Amino acid sequence: MLGLVYWQETAIKLGVIMGVVPVTSLIFVYVFLFKMMSYMQSRLGPMETGPHGTLQIIAEAIKFLQKEDISPDNADKHVFVMAPVVVLMSTFLLYVVIPAGPDLVVQSLDTGIFYALAVSSLSALGVLMAGWASANKYALMGGLRAAGQLIAYELPLVLAVVGVVIQAGTMNLQGIVVAQAEGSIFGIDWIGNPYILTQFIGFAIFMTAAQAELTQTPFDMPVAESELVGGFQVEYTGFRYLLFFMAEFGTAFAFSAMASVMFLGGWGLPFIDSTDNILNVVGPVLMLAKVMLVAFVIFWVRFSFPRLREDQLQKFAWKFLIPVSLVNIVATGILKVAF
Amino acid sequence: MSDLLRSYLTIAIFSGAAIFMAGMMLGIARVLRPRHPNREKLIAYESGVDPVGGEWVQSQVRYYIFAVLFVLFDVEAVFLFPWAVRLETYGGFGLVEMIVFIGILALGLAYAWRKGVLRWS
Repeated sequence: MLGLVYWQETAIKLGVIMGVVPVTSLIFVYVFLFKMMSYMQSRLGPMETGPHGTLQIIAEAIKFLQKEDISPDNADKHVFVMAPVVVLMSTFLLYVVIPAGPDLVVQSLDTGIFYALAVSSLSALGVLMAGWASANKYALMGGLRAAGQLIAYELPLVLAVVGVVIQAGTMNLQGIVVAQAEGSIFGIDWIGNPYILTQFIGFAIFMTAAQAELTQTPFDMPVAESELVGGFQVEYTGFRYLLFFMAEFGTAFAFSAMASVMFLGGWGLPFIDSTDNILNVVGPVLMLAKVMLVAFVIFWVRFSFPRLREDQLQKFAWKFLIPVSLVNIVATGILKVAF
Repeated sequence: MSDLLRSYLTIAIFSGAAIFMAGMMLGIARVLRPRHPNREKLIAYESGVDPVGGEWVQSQVRYYIFAVLFVLFDVEAVFLFPWAVRLETYGGFGLVEMIVFIGILALGLAYAWRKGVLRWS
């Protein structure tokens, strides 16, 4: 790039990501949780702090900063303290492979998407730690439910991605973007081949499973506020609670970004050469637009659907999503070899 | 250092940074927040009433069998990814091999389904 040595480059990237993770969750909370949800419920949401309530989220963060830190007497202190950090770490590591332009990526790993799925499941561990260490009945039940749900929906998530990997012939996220920009559907190549067209079933499965991995509403049994009062988060206060919250929305951003990279073409444009420097400028804007679009769908579903019961939730994953995604892999494989 | 190792060094640095960031934020909070613990505050939260029974409860883990199934399918995914990357070079032979492999696993799922393991009891 600019001829920087490894540690200089890494330091710059580290600085950027340490800014990006909190900022993305701030944007998501403001745009979706404050504004979109309010408008869907025919109210305005926060309006007083700053223009259109834009500073409300900053005020909330400052409020959380001043809250007393309570850890229950019987809690397993070390595990209790570590749990939010593990969840945040999982979010942080997801951002390592997400590309925003030909050169704008922290580390373009060859195992790209596989690595991303692996670190995303680290959060299940953090959630289980939180649920167990809190020494609280609600928290334990929430933690166990979360673990059961996260492993059930991990499988469709992973299997849906296999279809994309077959089509692109690589697991590298940059490679997947290039493959889409340079691809063609039955010889028509002027829009490239965004995999949402050829892998629509994969996309639908991925989005459903991502919804469950993020514990957003039709699948929010683990944190069900009306019966488990927050599940595994029940004993957390102040900034530790905020870490969970930040990780949740940061991960929502990362999953939306993964969906846009794999199915919507990422930063690539079919009529511009994918090594062109202009994409380093246009790419981030394109990515942000696509991420907001995908996230809009996630939160639209969240605000519209009622909660699924635990057994319905497990049944849906094991008896519907997994068989369908296995069929999808076989069908994609046959089509790939035949054409 | 080879490029491969170096790319994983970056990941190690980033996990360190995540811990550092969480520590930093909690550190700032530590300076600003009040600290007045009392006995009532530190008992387990059960919707405001006194906790019933001990805090360390046992709960029926209904989905341990799901967890066993999960391990099976997750291992399958490990085999699927390298195959998916190289499918173009393997061609028809690789495809048939993998269809057999997926078929056996699907059969396993069908068996578990038929046995009623996937039912909520």
